[in-house]
Amino acid sequence: MKPAPFEWHAPDSVEAALALKAAHGDDARFLAGGQSLVPAMNFRIAQPAVLVDLNRAPGLGTIAQDAEGALRIGAMARNARIERDATARGSHPILAEALHEVAHPQIRNRGTLGGNLAHADPASEMPAVMLALGARFLLRSLRGAREVPAEEFFLGPLATALGPDEMLAEIRLPPLPPRTGTAFLEVARRRGDYAMMGVAAVVTLDADGRCTHARIACCSAGPTPMAAPLAAAALEGSRLEEADIAGAAALVRQEVDPMGSVHASPAYQRHLAGVVAARALRLAKARAA
Amino acid sequence: MSARVAVTVSVNGTTHRREVEPRLLLSDFLRHELGLTGTHVGCEHGVCGACTIRLDGAPVRSCLMFAVQADGHAIATVEGLAPAPGRLSVLQEAFRDAHALQCGYCTPGILMTVSAFLEETPDPTEEEVRHALSGNLCRCTGYQHIVDAVLLAARRLREG
Ligand SMILES: Cc1cc2nc3c(=O)[nH]c(=O)nc-3n(C[C@H](O)[C@H](O)[C@H](O)COP(=O)(O)OP(=O)(O)OC[C@H]3O[C@@H](n4cnc5c(N)ncnc54)[C@H](O)[C@@H]3O)c2cc1C
Ligand code: FES
Ligand code: FES
Repeated sequence: MKPAPFEWHAPDSVEAALALKAAHGDDARFLAGGQSLVPAMNFRIAQPAVLVDLNRAPGLGTIAQDAEGALRIGAMARNARIERDATARGSHPILAEALHEVAHPQIRNRGTLGGNLAHADPASEMPAVMLALGARFLLRSLRGAREVPAEEFFLGPLATALGPDEMLAEIRLPPLPPRTGTAFLEVARRRGDYAMMGVAAVVTLDADGRCTHARIACCSAGPTPMAAPLAAAALEGSRLEEADIAGAAALVRQEVDPMGSVHASPAYQRHLAGVVAARALRLAKARAA
Repeated sequence: MSARVAVTVSVNGTTHRREVEPRLLLSDFLRHELGLTGTHVGCEHGVCGACTIRLDGAPVRSCLMFAVQADGHAIATVEGLAPAPGRLSVLQEAFRDAHALQCGYCTPGILMTVSAFLEETPDPTEEEVRHALSGNLCRCTGYQHIVDAVLLAARRLREG
């Protein structure tokens, strides 16, 4: 189908984009890669009166490490670019590993990390990765800027903490401590499909191989990306032996709240959560050593 | 109706200028404004890949972009692949030789995807080829012959 008519603006600065959004509020949508918004407009599920196209606003696509070693990714950085970026691959290899599962190469050539996160699809991989990495998001509006931790950003299916005048401007990922291993794994019916279950795992070991810190988060596991803090806490202090991982996987199964789909019942998704979490934890442990 | 906007795009090396409604999809612009019907339209929601074109070299869905967004950019479509009238590119020839198409509906999108893939990955494994093809649906071939054709084209391109 074809989209309904709209007014199109392609401002050449972030400030101009924020001014347009402030003026039109909920009647306006930012257009990033268009890989979720345009399908919705073609179906006429979305009929925004105004589109504020961010593709010509400079300064939103940088990928760089800051003085504290945190990785800063501009909201308009395309997923395909992040996947290939040497700095991102070096500091946070889980980004490329998970992005490889986000849709298809052609979609990643247009789709942006900011658009993917702002869309807040609970089946989407990157929101879960953001929880596992302890990401913080920089939200900007004409009123100013604020930093929101990932766990306070995702409020429900397609719902975020973004106000009607706010833009997600930058994603900030703290550096991974030494002896940290990360892994993202998912089960999907076909390559590029949304996952039936996906798990991001991050573990940090001390010099004796004891886990000092763990984070686990799942996609397609509830109304938002779902962290599994009890499972992660249970791993801390352990050596991530098979019994420890099995115990954590059992907790992950309890912590998720899958909604089911035509492809997988909630019970099957819950089962998958345990299996995929165990595999991801084993892989993260091997990579941490 | 919203106001028309001027667009200037280069398509297969030729510059075109038109005034279009912002809601016109790039796929419809190519087909209806420029008469380049080699770019096919299957689903208009990004799933099938039939509309894949190259935007500044990168394969993208033309059904998920507005024509106005292509202003100032360079587009390549399937019409630009053949080196001369009556001749096929190495990739196209490999598709013919390996029987990689039946109805041909998916073929333009697949060729545009694969032409970019082979530039980045001149010596791909079969697994890499299958991943590269994951965003293009074919209802006829069962994919095996397409995979064969891509590997054949890669070999011929490497051997020169
Ligand atoms: C065939 C297909 C398969 C896909 N499979 C997957 C998959 O497996 N996993 C997955 O995660 N995704 C998948 N996607 C979605 C894809 O990853 C999108 O690129 C992504 O969800 C949206 O990013 P975008 O840059 O295209 O955003 P857009 O579509 O441009 O925008 C999405 C939403 O976010 C808002 N927005 C965009 N940028 C900002 C910003 N900076 N600040 C505030 N609001 C903003 C927009 O207004 C809109 O509401 C798929 C898409 C397609 C077409
Ligand atoms: S028509 Fe564009 S992906 Fe199907
Ligand atoms: S050859 Fe018919 S759809 Fe691919």
